[in-house]
Amino acid sequence: MGMSLRQTVVLFALVWFPVFAESATELRFAIHADPKTFDPLLAEEEVSETIRYLTGGVLIRVNRQTQQLEPELAASWKVLDNARRIDFVLRPNLRFSDGTPFGPVDVVATFRRIMNSDLHSAIADTFRTAGGGITAQVNGPHEVSVTFTQPVAGLEMLFDQLAIAPERSLSNATAVLGPFFLSEYKSGQYVLLRRNPRYWKVDAAGNRLPYLDFVRLDIQSNREAEMLRFRRGELHLVDKVEPDAFQRLSKNMPSAVRNASASLDSEFLWFNQKPDAPLPLHKKRWFQSQLFRQAVSIAINREDIIRLVYRGYAHPAVGPVSAANRFWFNAKLGGAKYDPAAARKLLENDGFHLDGDTLRDREGNKVEFSLITNAGNKTREQIGLIVQQDLAKLGIRLNVLPIEFQSLIERITGSQQYEACLLGFNNVELDPNSQMNIWMSSGTLHAWNPKQIKPTTPWEDEIDRLMEKQHSSVESASRKQAFDRVQQVVVEQQPIVYLVHPDVLVAASPSIRGLEPTPLPPHLYWNIERVSLAALPTRSNE
Amino acid sequence: MKTLRMIALSLLLLATLVSVGASRLAPHDYAAQFREHVDEPPSRAFPLGTDELGRDRFSRLLEASRVSLLCAPAAALIATLIAATAGLAAGYFGGWIDALLSAVMDLFLSLPWLFLLLTLRALLPLNISPAASLAVTFFSLACFGWASGARVVRAGTANLRDAGPILHARAYGCGSLRLLWRHVLPNLRPIIAAQFWILVPVFLLTEANLGLLGLGIMEPLPSLGNMMTELQNYQKIPEAPWILTPAVLLVLIIGSLHFAISEKKTWE
Repeated sequence: MGMSLRQTVVLFALVWFPVFAESATELRFAIHADPKTFDPLLAEEEVSETIRYLTGGVLIRVNRQTQQLEPELAASWKVLDNARRIDFVLRPNLRFSDGTPFGPVDVVATFRRIMNSDLHSAIADTFRTAGGGITAQVNGPHEVSVTFTQPVAGLEMLFDQLAIAPERSLSNATAVLGPFFLSEYKSGQYVLLRRNPRYWKVDAAGNRLPYLDFVRLDIQSNREAEMLRFRRGELHLVDKVEPDAFQRLSKNMPSAVRNASASLDSEFLWFNQKPDAPLPLHKKRWFQSQLFRQAVSIAINREDIIRLVYRGYAHPAVGPVSAANRFWFNAKLGGAKYDPAAARKLLENDGFHLDGDTLRDREGNKVEFSLITNAGNKTREQIGLIVQQDLAKLGIRLNVLPIEFQSLIERITGSQQYEACLLGFNNVELDPNSQMNIWMSSGTLHAWNPKQIKPTTPWEDEIDRLMEKQHSSVESASRKQAFDRVQQVVVEQQPIVYLVHPDVLVAASPSIRGLEPTPLPPHLYWNIERVSLAALPTRSNE
Repeated sequence: MKTLRMIALSLLLLATLVSVGASRLAPHDYAAQFREHVDEPPSRAFPLGTDELGRDRFSRLLEASRVSLLCAPAAALIATLIAATAGLAAGYFGGWIDALLSAVMDLFLSLPWLFLLLTLRALLPLNISPAASLAVTFFSLACFGWASGARVVRAGTANLRDAGPILHARAYGCGSLRLLWRHVLPNLRPIIAAQFWILVPVFLLTEANLGLLGLGIMEPLPSLGNMMTELQNYQKIPEAPWILTPAVLLVLIIGSLHFAISEKKTWE
């Protein structure tokens, strides 16, 4: 039976249409909730930050691979007046994705919005806190300067997160300077970003970037389902893979897994040292004893935590800064080596003694305390059980108590009804200025004894002075020296017993080219403009 | 079908005996971490393999069965006693007592007990031992789980209250307490016993669910519930099917309880 010409054309179209449709390259990965905002200045939670990163254009960017600053919208910059002022020379002839020309007025308008006290956002707060009053002014067709009322240490780093918006429409995610712009959003389903045809970057061969036509962010709250979809090929990237899943994926799809080494995050525990905490006096004495804290620290087998809980995908923590933070990490610090014998010796020196299997203090009190952590976090519950067994070898009885998260926060920030706490810190900043609230004795996040009117101990006083010094100094060498000493004091005093820095484990389809996973967030797509998909066909836009 | 009942009863007896003798039968301490033997398959040293922290699964299962099989019936007994007392009083006396007790039953049935348990856990002192957490968990279950049984007992009592033999006894001057104890209660015994047997698997499953939420019995003390949290990582099941043992044991026990209770009524 022969086919008519019309039938042949229809059949040809049916066969080839999907191929044409799939020729547009679309990268797919999951976000874990609906974005709360598309306004780049209001982005605070992870999902909105992701969209801001993919769509926003910034003046200066931190290269996540080299951890160095690199020019973006600003072709060059100069820090002046003892870090009170920064002058930018903007790239000429740039346009927003909607065709509007970009110029100094847009930078000024963005800063004007930041200084509006009605704007409650993390990035605005960061600028306002760091610089006090901020003024921005146009100095020429491509020149703009930003002036602060006080010196700002690490001034340039602040600009990495500040997406410049057009003067006429400051909260718009469709007129952007980044590699993609918002094309479509279906609540609970997906966010579709389309290639910005006016993006200014070109590759070495002169091809305009980005290479991808679309980035589709599927809203998928369940991490297990995300992994399943990745294995099926429905998603190209997974930005955070749990150690178990990573180990399994390493066996089944070895070319898809990447370990970007230690992250900036850390897991740690601390003792409640608040003088007016509702705890028995003898327990306060233990927790305020440097020898007791040091003994606990070296009695914990961090290598076992890494091997058992993280399947080997973590690094032992020496102090508060991970080695992934190349500039600020104090490489001279010695690690807290597992040494139960030395721990026993320290406890003996502090007046503790063994009574059978039980450790008692000099007054005969049995050494027993509780360690709270957030319920439902399997990793922390397992760390708690390892610490429990390690401390049992010293005769210390530890009760690991996972409790509901809100109750935990209330205890550690309000009622102070806890003895020790196991938590983690998800760090996204390299600069120690972001940790002022943790290390200053007056800080609300000064976990072991928050909101002090004046430092309770000489070593906290020293940390306060060092943090002030690094905060007010503009010379990086002097700042580094001060913060190195902070790390050293923390290691000596162990107010926080740092345990591990988990590795950054990611998964990426082998069809993706140009990925350079890094320990700094966003780990996988920080150079999205240079990411491409190989010849393998992808699904068309639904 | 009598055979099925016998098998069920034998299984329950075996499980109870094993639970009672758990500490003697266990080859290792249930909390001991053999950190060089993590996630191992079954072997002579570890008959059901080891978990992620190197703890012997078999020893933990024995202890878990003791914890769950002894505590669930104890909690069911408490709940049944409360249910029987409240149900009898409401059904027999009627009037404002019935109205009040029925309102309390309705209140308990409508309570969001999961949130109450969350709050209760948050209010507990921090340095409670795993054994105390076990007692608190099952006592809470008993306190929250009596209301449905009380309604059934109340309905049964209300039906009996005006029955001929009870009226005769009352006419002969039998006092209320004696009437309840000697005449009403014996007639309600099958209903009350059924409530007890229904609550045992309910509490077993509830503890298992609480364990999955991280709210059950405090580690390192094992229970069938917290042992089953391993199954959340379902991709592990094909590689290590022995991790299903706690779930299989739970199904066997609940199945046995079902056949042991319902056999007589349904098939004999």
